[in-house]
Amino acid sequence: MDHQLKKELGKQGIHVTSLDSIYNWARSNSMWPMQFGLACCAIEMIAATMARYDLARFGAEIFRPSPRQSDLMIVAGTVTKKMAPTVVRLYNQMPEPKYVIAMGACAISGGPFRDGYNVVKGIDRYIPVDIYIPGCPPRPEALIDGIMKLQEKIHGQKLTGPDRARHADPDSPGEYAVPGTESRDLLPRFNPCIWSPPARQTDSLEYPESKI
Amino acid sequence: MLTLETIRDRILEAVPDAGVEIISNPGPSGQDSLLVSSGHGLAIALFLRDDPELRFDYCSNVTGVDWLDKTVKEKVIVREDDEDVETQVERVVPGYLEVVYHLYSISKKHGPVVLRLRTADRNEGVELPSLTPVWKSAEFQEREVLDLYGIRFTGHPDPTRLLMWENFEGHPMRKDYCAPDDDEPGDPITARERKEEAS
Repeated sequence: MDHQLKKELGKQGIHVTSLDSIYNWARSNSMWPMQFGLACCAIEMIAATMARYDLARFGAEIFRPSPRQSDLMIVAGTVTKKMAPTVVRLYNQMPEPKYVIAMGACAISGGPFRDGYNVVKGIDRYIPVDIYIPGCPPRPEALIDGIMKLQEKIHGQKLTGPDRARHADPDSPGEYAVPGTESRDLLPRFNPCIWSPPARQTDSLEYPESKI
Repeated sequence: MLTLETIRDRILEAVPDAGVEIISNPGPSGQDSLLVSSGHGLAIALFLRDDPELRFDYCSNVTGVDWLDKTVKEKVIVREDDEDVETQVERVVPGYLEVVYHLYSISKKHGPVVLRLRTADRNEGVELPSLTPVWKSAEFQEREVLDLYGIRFTGHPDPTRLLMWENFEGHPMRKDYCAPDDDEPGDPITARERKEEAS
């Protein structure tokens, strides 16, 4: 529809829109995050919801204590190998459309505990992540910015066509395999459907000369 | 508070055939500790808690230490062809696991006294008496030591892992523990290579 005509009609009190945009507008302005935190990032997440930072201004303040009622999973903190199956299971229990924010260095990559014996090197190995918020921990403003970025992403999503959103595609999975805690490690170590290890760079400067 | 020497003498008075040794700490804290024979650990703990002058009623911290086998080089004089020749001999001192308790007295307002118990070795003889019956606060921390160091506490009410999952094998805080090789192919140098280079 012609933008000018749309504007003129708007002045007369007639609003013309597409199903995509009104659907996305409604969804993005009432994100219900799941109320769960894993480590210190959760404290910043709590601060973001309280009076000083007031996440309610962006329509994402209703933290639900059940995955069945949530749209958004904020993975706030270090994901230990013991906790990872639970996190994936919680994601699987959420109804579509659902989104994931990886908050902080640990949820993104393992962070300072990357070489630890019990730390998952990024939750994106097991579930699809929409927004990454760096920081250790990220400040409440960063979380709010991340949620606004997610809202922008939702605004741009299409419901039909080849480039439609993941949740609108009947062929894309809504559930991901839950890893098992085996005798030594979490298996599988990543979900090959959504993540694969980057190619090894042997020409890197940091690589010791003796190894080339 | 009584000096550590007096406490040791009082323990020996109360528990006659116990082995008690003072381990001095040359560091800036100067916090000496009492090394207690594992066989008498429970009796000594009960004495420390119930003695009217000591009354260590609060165990604030329990932790483990892993001491690996040590190779000690010694100079030995050997007589060869009617001549004294000095040669170096290597001797292996077997390692052991250690559990450390920090004791305070709330009623007497003194402490800490550091109590140490050592296992026989790092493989089979890793049993120590649990002090949870004496200080309830040791329960979870002894489970953590069991989980991460593999010390078996006899007399513990719930001797199961605390942090790692149930069917996990190994004890991650032991110095010779090798984490599963989950290195990134994208890493310029993997953890295994780092370890090889360091050794």
